[in-house]
Amino acid sequence: MIISIASGKGGTGKTTIAVNLALTLAETESVCVMDCDVEEPNVHLFLKPRFEGSSKVTIPIPIVDEEKCNGCGKCGEVCAFNAILPLGSHHVLTFPELCHGCGGCTLLCPTGAIQEEPLEIGMIEWGHAGSISHIHGKLNIGSPLAPPVVNAVKNHTKGSSPNVISIIDAPPGTSCPVVASVSGTDFCVLVTEPTPFGLHDLSLAVDMVGELGIEFGVVINRAGLGNGGLFDYCKAENIPILAEIPFDRKYAKCYARGGRFIEEFPEIKKIFQDLWHAICVRAK
Amino acid sequence: MKELLIISGKGGTGKTTIVGAFARLAKDSFPDEVIVLADCDVDAADLHLILNPKIKTTNEFFGLKKAVIDENKCDNCGECIKVCRFNAINVHEEQTKIDPISCEGCTVCFHICPKQAISMEDVIAGHWFVSDTAYGPLVHARLGVAEENSGLLVTEVRREARQIAETLDSRLIINDGPPGIGCPVISSISGVDLALIVTEPTIAGIHDMERLYALAKGFDVKTVVCINKYDLDDKTSDNIEGFCKANNIDVVGKIPFDKKVVESLVKGGLMIPPGCADHDAEGPAANAVRQLWTKTLNHLL
Repeated sequence: MIISIASGKGGTGKTTIAVNLALTLAETESVCVMDCDVEEPNVHLFLKPRFEGSSKVTIPIPIVDEEKCNGCGKCGEVCAFNAILPLGSHHVLTFPELCHGCGGCTLLCPTGAIQEEPLEIGMIEWGHAGSISHIHGKLNIGSPLAPPVVNAVKNHTKGSSPNVISIIDAPPGTSCPVVASVSGTDFCVLVTEPTPFGLHDLSLAVDMVGELGIEFGVVINRAGLGNGGLFDYCKAENIPILAEIPFDRKYAKCYARGGRFIEEFPEIKKIFQDLWHAICVRAK
Repeated sequence: MKELLIISGKGGTGKTTIVGAFARLAKDSFPDEVIVLADCDVDAADLHLILNPKIKTTNEFFGLKKAVIDENKCDNCGECIKVCRFNAINVHEEQTKIDPISCEGCTVCFHICPKQAISMEDVIAGHWFVSDTAYGPLVHARLGVAEENSGLLVTEVRREARQIAETLDSRLIINDGPPGIGCPVISSISGVDLALIVTEPTIAGIHDMERLYALAKGFDVKTVVCINKYDLDDKTSDNIEGFCKANNIDVVGKIPFDKKVVESLVKGGLMIPPGCADHDAEGPAANAVRQLWTKTLNHLL
């Protein structure tokens, strides 16, 4: 089973939920945590895994052999991303940072003047924290293209035993890196907080998981801060509230230093056990 | 005209709350001028929730065109499936179909199809708005659900904000940035005059700030830092200050945790309410943000 943790709004507690749910389950189950927030991966700060391997994530970018180029301009015409610019006869500029690696220019060049070579845009690393297996992606700083790194994280664990419970920590927002993280998962936990920002961004995230056709429920973090608008929304939309985690400065302090809630606060462990039960009841 | 970007790496550190307060303080600092506001978090835009904008114009945003199959012309030869690198084309019930969510609009299938059964069609990928607020014009946007090209939409928002600022001879644009370091952040940060990184005293806050700082440096953007809720963990706050000192980054503000910030937000307003003359009644966070504003301006103007 694959569970994704997403949010719309950033900083609502996705990583906290992913890590503590994993720690709770690891006592009896095989658990894998995949950090798909490849722009700002944080799970490793809390799980403190020992990394055992890594691999580069690349996309294929065009290399032009100008001797073979006849200056026809087809490559520039084909490229939807403005990543290749033919400048008259035999001279072609490429902009690797704009390239999506679609292969169009290479495939359609009539003289076979374009070859591809890999451009590194990030990496994935894998290892273990106790019995929990962990994998995360890291987008290179300055590289704009997160989805291929997200996909590399997800592909790495393809074919693993169906008995493993995989927990995906998704990035904030609702656009392509989030869609890449959440799509294909069996259930999505949307983490939010009871503030107007939390409510607004939750509604965007609800639209997104609806578009993807994924079952979902809500975890309310920092309950007690803010107001009741979020609860009214969930009730009106018939959205299940899977768990509530109360706001307390001692939890904030524990998080600040990379601590693990369920180990420091027994009352929290019960919340995560109940959360898992609530997920199992609803997941396909 | 200067462009200030409020940004964070990690989400939820307080960017939008600070931008809202800055909008209000800018009105005090420059009562006779127009300050332009832009929400560059097009993915989960929130600034409009506290600025109560009146929308003046709504504009369609077209991302890249997406591939559409004419099933009458398609003979299901499978050539398009072979060339699509985004796994966007699959066969359902013996008919080749393109998944619009996975399609990146690269046009390779369109060019390769032997039956010319694929066309590239415009898709409205979101909307952008120009609004009036009590503190100046606001340019904001809403990317469509599960859409791509958030970076292009950010570019559109910034272009419009700059145009308004030029027309009104405005001295300052305040941009609310998105989380992360990827495509929409790169579109937000390139070419701004100052990036104010809002971080928090957590190990994730530091980690994400360091990556964002490296990005800003790569784009040659001057950076200052503000530590929000600094008193939640003094030790981690000290570590942030240590990093900033080692990298010659000015820490322009330290804002204490203050429940009043959430209370004012819940009331649908700014953390510094308009017209409040009694600074003590505003609470410690608001006072810290006033100082933050002054120091940020000194770096900018």
